Amino acid sequence: MVLVFVETPRGLLKKTAFEAVTYAKKTADLLGTSCVALTLGSVSNAGELGRYGASRVLNIPGDALDQLDGQVFSAAISEAVGKLEASVVILSHTSTGKTIAGRLAVRLNAGLISGASALPTVAGSALHIKKGVFSGKAVAEYEIKSAIKVISLMGNAVKPEVSADAVAVEPLSVTLTKSLIRVKATKTQEGVVPLSEAEIVVSAGRGMKDPSNWGIIEDLAATLGATTACSRPVADSDWRPHHEHVGQTGIAIRPNLYIAVGISGAIQHLAGVNSSKVIVVINKDPEAPFFKAADYGVVADLFDVVPRLNDAIKKFKAAN
Amino acid sequence: MKLLVCISQTPDTTAKISFNPEGTDFNAAGVQFIMNPYDEWYALVRACELRETLGGTVVALHVGTVANETTIRKALAIGADEAVRINRDPKSAADTAKQIATYAAAENFDIIFFGKETIDYNGSEVGAMVAEYLQLPYVSFASKLSLNGSTATMERDIEGGVEELEVDLPFVVSAAKGMAEQRIPNMRGIMTARTKPLTEIQPVDFEAPSTLVQFTLPPAKVGVKLIQPDDMDELVRLLHEEAKVI
Ligand SMILES: Cc1cc2nc3c(=O)[nH]c(=O)nc-3n(C[C@H](O)[C@H](O)[C@H](O)COP(=O)(O)OP(=O)(O)OC[C@H]3O[C@@H](n4cnc5c(N)ncnc54)[C@H](O)[C@@H]3O)c2cc1C
Repeated sequence: MVLVFVETPRGLLKKTAFEAVTYAKKTADLLGTSCVALTLGSVSNAGELGRYGASRVLNIPGDALDQLDGQVFSAAISEAVGKLEASVVILSHTSTGKTIAGRLAVRLNAGLISGASALPTVAGSALHIKKGVFSGKAVAEYEIKSAIKVISLMGNAVKPEVSADAVAVEPLSVTLTKSLIRVKATKTQEGVVPLSEAEIVVSAGRGMKDPSNWGIIEDLAATLGATTACSRPVADSDWRPHHEHVGQTGIAIRPNLYIAVGISGAIQHLAGVNSSKVIVVINKDPEAPFFKAADYGVVADLFDVVPRLNDAIKKFKAAN
Repeated sequence: MKLLVCISQTPDTTAKISFNPEGTDFNAAGVQFIMNPYDEWYALVRACELRETLGGTVVALHVGTVANETTIRKALAIGADEAVRINRDPKSAADTAKQIATYAAAENFDIIFFGKETIDYNGSEVGAMVAEYLQLPYVSFASKLSLNGSTATMERDIEGGVEELEVDLPFVVSAAKGMAEQRIPNMRGIMTARTKPLTEIQPVDFEAPSTLVQFTLPPAKVGVKLIQPDDMDELVRLLHEEAKVI
């Protein structure tokens, strides 16, 4: 059986949840077994996970599970794995998943592949799994031989697919350990899709000249339903908040569409974005290195072309 | 205060990545290796700052062969008091974690630092694994860390936000941007690094539950399609019809 741990930040199901269940369902199909989803703490609408292929949706109740602690979570998940006799555990390669996956692998004596970019292939009792390595410059294929296998799934690696109906949520009881971490305050920005989950990202660099010029970037992002990002010098000079910084020392993302405006395309920047499916570069310098990594390019002054692109998209959206 | 900082090395981002013909081994010839930036800029520097204000020792630990001693000396030059190298070319995060946990289990460190991830494999696995072996709390992606007696106050990055929390010593932490500012080793640091203790210890046996099958290089981009600046309708058409992303 394939068990998928579905993370539910602040009790909500995010896109990563549907991706993880879709991936788990397809893995279960490959293995000729079923897919069961597991949620921890308070969650709304967990039964929805049935639509993405979970034949059962389980919930371990407990107020203590509303705050993230990898130690408590991995103990609870391992116990569920034992009770349900799961042979594969799937989770998301997010900040939550990363605090849990390593612990879980040690507890379960399991091989772990983190950041899987594609479905596994079955090789006897082993699984082969691919992930991007060296900042997207290569792909590595691994084999997991252990009896229990843990896989964390890279965001945007699979498209959520509805394949069945919602199911009723069943409670599961396990022994909960006490958390040694005391959470004092949580600050979140709701309403914006976090960069790690965004399908479309509009990113801008030093070519913007001044933070007061960002209106055209925000307008373009709003039209596209995109999340905004920026290059490192832009974040370093506090033109934009640090969480927008993408690249080798910021966050690595792989949206379907990355639009880079006034960014030169230094290798350290590309390291975080070159796994994007489609890259559009807007830069007035035809020699900017970013054009070599781009699918589509516009050599022009951004102040002129970004508003025009925004208008063209509005026109397209109105017509479709 | 006894602080452990686990450091790894990675190919420099600008390095050309290539493999042996079978794709089973990374071709290190001519590749410049650097200390993993998260380990160096944030974990190591913050540990040194804590030692400077509270006293104690910072031990830099590396699992790797003698070829990597330049990276270890750099950690000493930045400010670690002593270094330990576990003599093994680790083939997986699980192997590295097992080696580190075996060493640390006997040492009673107050804080074990990691960088949030390496920039070559981005697995973010080792810190969580070591924490589990040692049954210690693990705070991942911490962007702030201060100590008040035996209690640490931290901020950690979570999905779509930041969380402020407290945890008592001992614990394991992975350092993200914000925890400290990069330090360039000065001449004195580089000189004293040569005489600081660097101990080699032998690894324990470990059979990794997952192994590399093969590396492959992704197909090269076919080349950029340039669109006339006065024809943004054409770009929109391509994004919709050809790339199918809007
Ligand atoms: C160890 C290390 C780690 C790093 N990590 C990162 C990282 O994580 N992320 C990151 O982004 N960088 C990182 N950097 C920095 C990186 O090397 C580059 O310096 C940085 O990405 C450049 O940012 P930029 O493209 O915004 O600015 P610039 O390089 O200054 O480029 C600005 C671009 O805007 C164009 N432009 C200017 N005016 C206009 C206009 N009116 N219309 C159109 N185009 C215009 C210019 O032609 C130019 O190409 C790192 C560097 C090092 C050494």
